[in-house]
Order: sequence, then structure tokens, then C-alpha cells
Amino acid sequence: MRVPVEWLRSLVELPDGVTTEALADRLTMYDLKLEEIVGGGITGPLVVGRVLAISPEPQKNGKTINWCRVDVGRHNVSSVPDAPGEDVPSRGIVCGAHNFAVGDLVVVSLPGTYLPALGFEIGSRKTYGHVSDGMICSTSELGLPDDETTASGILVLPPDSARPGDDAIALLGLADQTLDLEVNPDRAYALSLRGVARDTAIAFDVPFADPADRPTPSTDRPAYPVRVEDSTACPVFTTLVVTGIDPEATTPAWLVKRLTDAGMRPISLTVDVSNYVMLELGQPNHCYDRAKLRGDIVVRRARPGETLRTLDDVERTLTPDDLLITDDSGPIGLAGVMGGDRVEIDEHSTDVVIEAAHFNPVTIFRTQKRHKLPTEAAKRFERGVDPELPLRAAARVAELLVELAGGTLEPGATVVGDPPRRSPVSFPADLPERISGVPITPEQARATYERNGCTVELTEGRFTVTPPSWRFDLNDPYDFVEEALRTAGYQNVPSVLPTPTGGRGLTREQELRRRVGHVLAGAGLVEVTTLPFMGPADLDRLLVPQDDPRRDLVRLANPLSAEEPALSPTLLVGLLRAASLNIGRGHETVQISEIGRVFRPRAERREAPIYGVDRRPTEEELAALDAALPEQPRHVGFVLVGERQRSGWNAPGRPVSWTDAKAVAQRLADTLHVELQIAPGSLAPFHPGRCARLTLDGEVVGHVGELHPKVAEEYGLPGRVAAGELDLDALIAAAPAIGPKPDFSAFPVAKEDFAFVVDESLPAGELEAAIRGASELLESARLFDVYTGDQVGEGRKSLAFKVRLRAADRTLTDADIKAARERIVSAAAALGAELR
Amino acid sequence: MSAPNSDYDPVEVTPLRADEVERMRDEALAAIAAADSLEALKQVRIEHAGDRSPLALANREIGALPPAARKEAGKRVGRARGAVNQALAARTAEVEAAEFERRLAEETVDVTLPADIEPVGARHPLTTIQEHVADIFVAMGWEVAEGPEVEAEWLNFDALNLGPDHPARTMQDTFWLDPESAAMVLRTHTSPVQARTMLTRTPPIYVVCPGRVYRTDEADATHMPVFHQVEGLAIDKGLSIAHLKGTLDHFARAIYGTEITTRFRPSYFPFTEPSAEVDLLCYVCHNDPAKVADCRTCGGEGWVEWGGCGVVNPRVLIACGVDPEEYSGFAFGMGLDRTITSRYDIADLRDLWDGDIRFTEPFGVGL
Ligand SMILES: [Zn+2]
Repeated sequence: MRVPVEWLRSLVELPDGVTTEALADRLTMYDLKLEEIVGGGITGPLVVGRVLAISPEPQKNGKTINWCRVDVGRHNVSSVPDAPGEDVPSRGIVCGAHNFAVGDLVVVSLPGTYLPALGFEIGSRKTYGHVSDGMICSTSELGLPDDETTASGILVLPPDSARPGDDAIALLGLADQTLDLEVNPDRAYALSLRGVARDTAIAFDVPFADPADRPTPSTDRPAYPVRVEDSTACPVFTTLVVTGIDPEATTPAWLVKRLTDAGMRPISLTVDVSNYVMLELGQPNHCYDRAKLRGDIVVRRARPGETLRTLDDVERTLTPDDLLITDDSGPIGLAGVMGGDRVEIDEHSTDVVIEAAHFNPVTIFRTQKRHKLPTEAAKRFERGVDPELPLRAAARVAELLVELAGGTLEPGATVVGDPPRRSPVSFPADLPERISGVPITPEQARATYERNGCTVELTEGRFTVTPPSWRFDLNDPYDFVEEALRTAGYQNVPSVLPTPTGGRGLTREQELRRRVGHVLAGAGLVEVTTLPFMGPADLDRLLVPQDDPRRDLVRLANPLSAEEPALSPTLLVGLLRAASLNIGRGHETVQISEIGRVFRPRAERREAPIYGVDRRPTEEELAALDAALPEQPRHVGFVLVGERQRSGWNAPGRPVSWTDAKAVAQRLADTLHVELQIAPGSLAPFHPGRCARLTLDGEVVGHVGELHPKVAEEYGLPGRVAAGELDLDALIAAAPAIGPKPDFSAFPVAKEDFAFVVDESLPAGELEAAIRGASELLESARLFDVYTGDQVGEGRKSLAFKVRLRAADRTLTDADIKAARERIVSAAAALGAELR
Repeated sequence: MSAPNSDYDPVEVTPLRADEVERMRDEALAAIAAADSLEALKQVRIEHAGDRSPLALANREIGALPPAARKEAGKRVGRARGAVNQALAARTAEVEAAEFERRLAEETVDVTLPADIEPVGARHPLTTIQEHVADIFVAMGWEVAEGPEVEAEWLNFDALNLGPDHPARTMQDTFWLDPESAAMVLRTHTSPVQARTMLTRTPPIYVVCPGRVYRTDEADATHMPVFHQVEGLAIDKGLSIAHLKGTLDHFARAIYGTEITTRFRPSYFPFTEPSAEVDLLCYVCHNDPAKVADCRTCGGEGWVEWGGCGVVNPRVLIACGVDPEEYSGFAFGMGLDRTITSRYDIADLRDLWDGDIRFTEPFGVGL
């Protein structure tokens, strides 16, 4: 909301010495936040000049400049011999613009003038072979809004509107400042000078005279007949008629100035007056050409398929949710949003029907949203306009039309409906102090409420307060706490640290997630955060088959990009993009990880219910909310490219291999004390022969291995790429509450080696599991060699294990060891293994 | 061995003569002193202390002496051999020590050679700052609450006093799941976690909710469609805005230093009433009149915008099953991404998201 300070001061008499800055600071602390102070700031000799002579001079660069002699009155120098025309007292000025002529009155910034729009002080300077002794100003250089007449450049003043040498700062009101205030959505009343002025008066504790307090025409006879078919959507509708206005009448300069400072473009006297009253009182209103109206005005809902050409020249198709102003010809306006073009005031209009109404905020909000028409009127109606205003605002419009356009107010007024009554709100008298923490006595609170127009009763320690018609933000007891606090001052809130009874610290899940993060970093991985947005093309790049369940995506209705309409079911999309970016930027080794959510739809898709807010939903209702949400577990993913151990002066370096991915997974499992079962897997984007499926108690919790070479190539990743993704939530859920008990024996160890020849297709892990399960004396079994070749024969391989045996309670005898060896060999034999 | 003397007494055996024993001893000691390696000492030992050494041979001659002379001669030779053995042991220890020193000297390496074969990991500052903030509150006895990122419309909006026709709802720039009728969104704030907490716990409640939130902003240097927030919620008997101010002052000091305070400006949020914007005293210039005018961090204001806060609107308490007659509470929320970018003077928010490892590596595992 742009508030011209001059206009505001005309409505509130501020204490002496209150600067615009002080005014803005006070209003900011009174919940009318200053965005910026516009205008002011021009200093120095900015004067009116008359162009005496112009000499156009073509330049080598193709431009033509004008070398001008300008009369600036008492600022003239006695002689400018090389300027065009007769050498009378004047100044010589070079100007690049052409939209002015000899005899025109222009605005000249003489040397020493500071123009904030340019950001520097004008000086006398040599240019194009002349000494330019000042500058002829354009509208934008003066910080004035451009319109069709001035957009072409130099501001030309109306003939005889001033004399050469006059101060242009005062003439154009350039010293005037405008407050650009951010009005919060609940403070609808502050979208008017009336509302801002009232708050200003209260904030500075000075008297306030309500500009809406004015006599209204008698309603004993109607002005223009109106029928309202939907009184819920339109509780009040008022018309007045002004006849005989002069179509030639123009808007006076003071009104144009206030309108433009407030950010509105002047259009025509009638429209300007209508806008002026909206800004002044906050009541949007509309003027119809009475000659164009056909029969009664009827306020009704639109019929399906009905259309209306609005003032912005757009043909709009309406729905029964839209509220219309109509006459016998059909729709003539979208109620509270925008008028129609058929009944528009034009340059011949003499008789005007003034409409001022009160509309239901929700109706207007929906219509403006549906038609994408957030007009000044809609902006006010959807937040709430004082329902007591319509007749008074219409009378104000009529008054100005009579005064400025020579019209006559026809006797009578049409008022349909009654303004809704406000209900009183009751609350304990100490509530403002209790909730704000600021000492506010009930008497202080009462004074604040009354100054704001409330009717207040204070009995037996309770307030009963009826808010005024313009305050849509005062409905609940806490709203009155805010009202009292904003007067008492937010800066007076004391600082008191609450003393909770004591929390239980991080949950185990939170603690373990941190631990995993540290372990990943300790394993040499750099954490990244990536965006979850993606599309089916990303799955194509990962070679995910069409029938893969991950193809069923959680989709967005309004994605930022059509290529990325969904939320990713895998962290590898983001990780591979990041890996690719790093390689593209010249990194040779990239080892990155991410912990984040992935998204997949529920098997049975449901809508999330919407409940009321007047009570807590039941447990079943809450469960229904969660049941509708997609699954969104936290995963941990990683991608390794390049060398797992860097080559250097003393070692050749070790390129990344699938084993590094498995090692990371095992490190995570060890961290969480869970035991992963590892089996050959097959899942995109992994290499079909180098993918391990990780399970926990039969549930698949992830895959690790080498990336499919085609996927690595697709992302421009060199060499063999290792990757993995695990369901972190599942791993953490399986983590035991306390880790394993330390369990070791002090008796001597017996070390035994075994080399078994097995079928080449037998996974080593199966043989190892068999060995581990063979004897209770087994402390550890570690595979240390894999051999294929002539010595074991075609289709066979040798797997060698170092086994350590130990008893908890005794030194092992030769017989113990021999028995354990035999059990291990026979367990292996069950898998077809022969001892070498 | 010499043959017994023919004239028998007095008998003189040349090797056992005192001067001869002395000569042999001195020769041995000289050889020992001259030996400068364990190898040379081994040779000296054979030559001067071995079975075939002159002193050993002399010792065998003792039997040829008349009994009266044997004792004297035995003593003489024994002393000489003792001196030789002692010198040998001492010299051996000396040479061994010298050789060990030499070996250590030879093993000297160039310690400036690189030793960086192990990859070095790091944690993302957005993760670390969320943990840091959580720790500040956990230290005060608060707990950390979490919730889903795809959230039910009712929890993201309605329960927070943002009804379907609330004008503020259009300010939210929400990502909706397809179809919109499914009434699910990417949460626009972490406030639904507050709602979930109230719905599932009984007061007193003191929780912080750090997490990822979404708005439909195109990515550019100062906007991202995904960012991080921390929100806090306290519900207890007798809580007021003063407790909110105290909590935020403490939080500000914990993050930005002991001299940092906060200030409130009135504002509007549907889920709080009264509501305020909270500003931080500029942590660079401290609003010092000598520095504030040129301060880039606060743009010469002396204060920087930090977040929003207020008293939990009783309408929210009712929807979440908390009795507003018995309890009151406060809530606050602020962005964390900008805490990182302003503290480390990072000009482009996208650097936090594109995954260049050079962004994260300098942070190591802390901030
Ligand atoms: Zn500063």
C-alpha cells in the first residue's frame, strides 16, 4: 500500500518534528511495515526553463543532438555567445531528446542539482563541442511515473503553467514522499488512507477524525433500482445517481498527484474519482454510464457458460461460483473484481450510476483466483471491506463528481441489505498481560480497544469486546492480545528463558543416523545434497526396465519442469548427476554419498482426507492421513569413481571396484550392529554380474556393486564405477537396542588352513557360511585365496580359508582340533567341496 | 706345548714370561681398539681371545712350569685374558651402538613426501548445521521431532489455521502431488511436524523440527525450490511471548555469539497470534555506529531478518487436540540455508545443491 505522506498528514495532525523516517519507523513497529520511502531526495537548483532556440547538430555516431538556448529566469548568465539564437541572458544546454520545441516550458537541472534517479550531481560539462550548463530533464530522471504522454522523454509542462526560473521541486511536488507499506493479509482496513491514518493517530496518540464520518443522502426514495438474489455473497448493495456531469472536465492536478503517488494511473475524471475514494476510504466502487444500463441492476450467480467481456478486453467464461452484476442485457460486471466494457464510462457519458457494495470475501477470493484477476478491488474485498461503508463511500464519490465535474446528485439512495453485525468476544481481563509477557493493565487494554473503535465491557475480570465493522482481524481472544501488545510495544517484551522439565535427548534413530553420517565421512565419502525432482528419462538413463516397480512414480501436479514431473524413487539419480558434474569439472576421483528420502506410491492410491479444525481428528482419522501418504523412507546412497586408493610415489593406486561398494555397506552394517545377508542380485543400474543384493531377515534392504558399464558411460564416468543404495530406515529399525556383548576367550588359538575345490558357480559366501556353522570352536574364518586354473581343472575353483579355533574354557587338544577339522571338511563337502 | 725343561729348575717358559704376557695382552687390546665393525671384532675375538689365541696357548704352558711357579703364571695369564674379554665386550657394545645409529641414519626418509592415498570424506554443512541447532535445543531439555516431506494438505495447511480460502495460502507457492484432489503436498514448512507432535504427545512439549521444505521457486542464486528450516514449538502452562523472546535470544547467542540479541517486529502468520518477525543484531557490525553504514551483511540496517515467530494460535491448538484454556505455547521458524551462505559468504545458493565435492570438502565433519 502506497501512502503519500502529504495525504496522510492531511488526515492526521502529527506531533511537531515527526519526520517521514520517524513516521515510518513507528508504523513498522505498529505492524504496518515499511518497504521503502519513495520520492524526495532531489536537492539543488531544479528550475523551470523556456526553450528559446534549438540548433540540431548531427554527430559522427549518427545521432543528432540539440544545442539549446534556455531561459531560466534569475538563474541566467548574461551571455552565451555560441548558443543558437539571439545572445540574451540564458544558459546553453545540450540535449539528446527531441520531443520538445522552441517556446516549450521544460524542467532544467542546473549545475549542483542532485537527482536520486541518476545518482549523481549535475555539473557543467563539455560535450559535443559545447559547454552544457545543466540538463533538460525527462520524467524518469525526475523520478516521476511515465505515461503515454511522457514516455517519449523530456517532461514538457503545460503552457503558461509556470515562469522561467520558478522552483520545479515545489511546482511538481518532488519533495513529497510516499510510504510503501507492507500490509499483512489480516489488516484489510489498512489498504486505505482511512485505516492507515487511524493507526497513525493511535500510534502517535493524537486525535483522529474519521473521513468516512459524513452525511449520507436520504434513503427515502431509491436512486437506481437493484435486486440482490444472493444476499450471502452480497450483503449490502448501494447505488446513487449523479447526472449532468461535464464529459470534458479533467482531473485536477492535486488529485492526479495523490493518485500517481499512490501508484495508480490517472484515466478520466470519473474513474479517477472512483479510485481516489477507494484509496481514501478503502471501499471499491464502480461507476456505470446510466445511458447504457438496461433495466434494474440484478446481483446474481452466473449461469453455466455465460460470458462477460471485462474492462481489460478479455472475454471471460463464467461459472455459477462467480457473482455477477447484471442488467436486462446480461452480465455487466464481475462483482467486486472488474467491470464489464459494455457499460463503461466514456468521453460522452453525462449521467452516472455509482455502485458501492459489500461482498463476501471468500466469493471474491475464489473468483479472482479462478480468473487470475487480483485487481485493487478484489484485493480489498477478499480481505474484508468495512460493510458500513458503501453508502458513505458512494456519497463521497458523488460529492467529488458534483464538485469537480459539475454534476447534480439526484435525490434518494438505493440501499439493499444490512451490514452484518459483529459478535462480541469475551476473554479474561489478564489475558493480554499473561500471553504477551508485558505488563498491560486491563485499563490500558480497554483504552487501546476503545481507540480502535471497539465497544468494551469490563466486568468481573472479563472483557466483552465488540470489534468495529472495519476490523476483520479481531475475532478471537488472542487477536485482542495482539492489539494490546502492538500498542504496548513489541520492543517491551522481556526475555525469559523457559525451563522445560527435561528431555530425553536424541532418539536412537536420530543418534544412529548421525553415526552413519560420520562413518560415511570416515570411509572417505563426501556428502552431497541433491534435489529430488526427476522424470522417466532419468530411469531410462539408469536402464531401469519398463516393468520395474520404480517406474511407478510419485508425480507432482505442478512441477517446475515438464522433464522432471516426479519425486525420485532412488538416490542414485541425484548422486550420478552430481558425480557426472564433478567429473565434468575435472575431478578424477569422486566418492560421494547422500542420506535422503526416496518416494514411491502406495500400492493402493488414496486421497488424503480433509478434516474440520474445530476438534482433534480421531486416531482412525489420523491413521487415514498417513495411509494416504506415499512411502518416503530415508535411504543412504553412494557412488565411487576413480581410485579408491590414490596412486602416488610409493604405491600404484587402486582403482575403485565392486568390493569397495560392498565394503561401505558392510561398514554401515557393522556400525549399526546388523548382519546383512549378501547374495548375487540383479537390479538396474548395476552390472548384472557384479551386483549384491542385501537382505536383513529376508527383507531386501539394498543393493551394492559395480555400475552397469553403459550407465557409467551415459553419465560420462570413467573406469569401473562402484555404487550402492540401502534403506537406512530399515537398517536402523533392525539395529539392536544395545550392541553385541564382548565375548572372547583367553585360551590359546589353533590356526588351521583349508583349501577347497568347488564348482565355479558356488558363491564363496555359501561355503564360508557352511564353514562358520560347522564347529562351535570356530572363532573366525577368512577367505584368503581364490584360484582358478589347470591345477583345479575346468569349471572348478579353489577357495582357501584361514580358520581360527578356540574354546572358551580350555586349551584345545589335538583331538579337539582334529574333530573340528573333520566337521568343517564334511560341512564343505555337503556343498560339493573337496579338500585340496 | 714346550717340552719340560731339561734342567727342570729353575725353569723359564718364554710365553709365560711377564713381559711376554703383557705384550700379548697389549697386542690384543690394540687390535680390539682398532676394530670398527662387528665383523672386525669377530676376527679379533678369534685371533686374541679364541682357543688358538696367544694367551690361550700361553695358558696351556702353565702345566710345564714347576708347581711353585704355576700359581703366579696362572694369575698373570688370567688377568690378561680378563682384560682382553672385558675390552672386547665393551668395544662390541660400542660398535653395536654405532652401527644401530648408522642404520637409523640410513633409514631417514623425506617426511614431506605426500601420504594422501586414503580418500578424505566430509559431511555437508546443511546436515551439520541441522545437528548443531538440534544440539543447542537438546542442551536446553528440548527434543527433536521429525515428519514426512510429502504431507497431507490438512496437516500442512488446515490444521495450522490456513483454511482453503485463506488468502495467506496463496502466498505459499506449494508443490501439489498429482492429482491435486489427492490433497497431498510437498510440505511448505516444517510446521506440520509441530502439528503431528501436538497430535501425538501430551504437553508439556518442547521440540525443534529441522528439515527440508519445498516451494515452487525456480532455482537461481538466491532461491531454491528446496531449502531447510528449523522450527520450534513449546506448549506448557503459563508460556508467554517473553519465553519466546528468551528462547530466541539464547538460540541467537548459541549460534552467533554471546553479544547477539534479537528484536521483534509485529507481523502476521495464520498459525500464530500475536505474530512477530525476529531480527538478529547484525553479527558482523553489531550495529556499531562506526561500522554499520558500510556493512554488507545487514545493508547498513544494523539488524538482519532471521525468521518468524509468535504465540500458537488457539485455533491450531484446538485442531491438534490441546486445550487452549489450560495450555499456551509459542512457535518460531527460520531458514538454515541462508545461515550457511551468510556465514561463509557464499554468493550462490545453488552451490549447496549441485554436489561439487570442493564445496563440501573444506567443512570436514564440522562447521
Ligand atoms: Zn551489519
